[in-house]
Amino acid sequence: MKPTLAVWKFSSCDGCQLTLLDCEDELLELAETVTIAHFLEATRSRQPGPYDISLVEGSVTTAGEVERIRQIRRDSRLLVTIGACATAGGVQALRNARDHAAFKAAVYPSPQFIDALDTSTPIADHVPVDFELRGCPIDKRQLLETITALLKGRKPVLPDYSQCVECKLAGTVCVMVAHATPCMGPVTQGGCGNLCPRVGRGCYGCFGPKENANTEMLAAEFAALGADRRTIRDLFGNVTAGAPAFAAERARHDG
Amino acid sequence: MTASTRTLQVDALARVEGEGRFQVRLEGARVVQAEFSIFEPPRYFEALLEGRSFRDAPDITSRICGICPIAYIMSASQAMEAALGWQIPEPIASLRRLIYCGEWIQSHVLHTHMLHAPDFLGLPDSLALAQQDRRLVENGLAVKKLGNRLMEVIGGRSVHPVNTRVGGFYRAPEAASLHALLPELERCEALSLAALETFASFDFPDLEPDTLFVALRHPSVYPLAEGRIATSEGLEIEVAEFPAAFIERQVAHSNALQGQTRDGAAYLVGPLARFNLNAERLPPDLLEHAERAGLRPGCRNPFKSLLARQLETIYALREAARLIRDYVPPEPSFVEGPLRAGTGHGATEAPRGLCYHRYALAEDGSILAATIVPPTSQNQRQIELDLIATVERFHDRDDTALQWLCEQAIRNYDPCISCATHFLKLDVERV
Repeated sequence: MKPTLAVWKFSSCDGCQLTLLDCEDELLELAETVTIAHFLEATRSRQPGPYDISLVEGSVTTAGEVERIRQIRRDSRLLVTIGACATAGGVQALRNARDHAAFKAAVYPSPQFIDALDTSTPIADHVPVDFELRGCPIDKRQLLETITALLKGRKPVLPDYSQCVECKLAGTVCVMVAHATPCMGPVTQGGCGNLCPRVGRGCYGCFGPKENANTEMLAAEFAALGADRRTIRDLFGNVTAGAPAFAAERARHDG
Repeated sequence: MTASTRTLQVDALARVEGEGRFQVRLEGARVVQAEFSIFEPPRYFEALLEGRSFRDAPDITSRICGICPIAYIMSASQAMEAALGWQIPEPIASLRRLIYCGEWIQSHVLHTHMLHAPDFLGLPDSLALAQQDRRLVENGLAVKKLGNRLMEVIGGRSVHPVNTRVGGFYRAPEAASLHALLPELERCEALSLAALETFASFDFPDLEPDTLFVALRHPSVYPLAEGRIATSEGLEIEVAEFPAAFIERQVAHSNALQGQTRDGAAYLVGPLARFNLNAERLPPDLLEHAERAGLRPGCRNPFKSLLARQLETIYALREAARLIRDYVPPEPSFVEGPLRAGTGHGATEAPRGLCYHRYALAEDGSILAATIVPPTSQNQRQIELDLIATVERFHDRDDTALQWLCEQAIRNYDPCISCATHFLKLDVERV
């Protein structure tokens, strides 16, 4: 029997699931290696659990989603969260620090019809997670490495160093040293392929905080480069704003 | 309810991006109630932009949709540039059109080959399609890969590109890296023409509802990120007049606001609207291919959106090749000007249709208010009307067949439900 793979969506943009469909050279081969048992974005056929591997995209933002992730956990041998929403709450976690009722009223004329929790939270806040893949979106090579490794029963090999290391390895000129451009690279986990510094842009934190990120020192450095409070707040308050290290630093520059 | 009541239920609409449900109540041959609901949880993009710099809007709004991030990046950038009075030089506009071609190619082929074509053959997905016609799927994947590659070369990555900014690009790509794509663009155009012929042989349900089409229209080019807003009733207005002509209405059964005209009419945005309003801007030989495939200007059959989407794929491949041949790296790669208070509007053609943004800025460029009208919220009411028409026209089919046809009618719109609020549950109740 082939192992079963399921893909699940919570509050998100679908971009991380799409990354699986974007494996154009590997997709048909993958479909011969595993049974795709549940993947609504791609197929209307659905098989009941249990599943060997569940890939979970998106954050938890409604009471219904809290229930659904618990059921998926019960049905899954391995649960892998994919992307910034599932691992850190996503850009929508920016509401966690704000008044949710005011947000609802700002977007919807009749906010009473809208059923949503006050916070957007990562999957690991609700159920145990076996493995997480960072990124907004995730990186295709990391996704394939993870699926391959888990099918073989080994641990996926993924970088845990910062973006800075990635730039050094690639020989990319440091945008902060050379151009005084604020860059989240020193505190952000590598993995994207140092995309932003490569085009002369500061990293904006898609892969979330690396372990033991010294955010306070970096914020001081941003201030020394002339960044104002709001700019520093919003550098930490971007697509991985809900990650604890970034949320705490953001709060220090808010208001 | 009577003893003859039949209830059909699909737990989830597959092959759409996001979560949705459709409920219909049928009395004999007549639909008495139909509701297309989007319950994808809201993410409040408009509210979370308030108080941030105008520079943040393109990257943050791109997170509305991983399939069409360029649409959000471009509409947001245009609106900001309009608010600030920054003029975009032609070489930057052309490079934007080129990356937009990449998005159309990957998004359209994902839909035509992987999400929509299986419906016409009674298959659950593209993997089953690959077992039946491996070449069709492999060719589709090759074209999709090229669309993604184009986005990567210009934007750094295909999902949420990083190289775009208000005013242009962080760094202009080298001409050689784009020129390297030309042979594959030519090969993919031939593959896509062959796919159009395959799709043309499909059985299209015979349905032609009255439809109001809305799309950008431009005097010289087929619109991607340029032109005025036009309707099939002859209205043509500036992008800034969008709020005067169209409104969004909240309905209790959906987390997405529904678009309609000021007069309360439903309307359709997307490939069929663009084709009907801009057919004369297509190269004559492409119009002949469309004609041979059974797609003529004025087509009202929503199921033929498959053909329009495939035709636009061919167009985007050819247009990308033209833009690459004419490419001169813009220097500088972006423009910047002074900041000022003001309101700006932007509208571009997302693969799924018109994507409109409006921002009010303070003097220092911080965002005071944001309004984003994605294509799927505009199509929502038209989708309900198509579903009613489909159920009434084909009510004699058995429950399973009718259900599938309803799903297919929704997929005609390539609905990006994540966008509209952002799965579909189908309930057909027969009384």
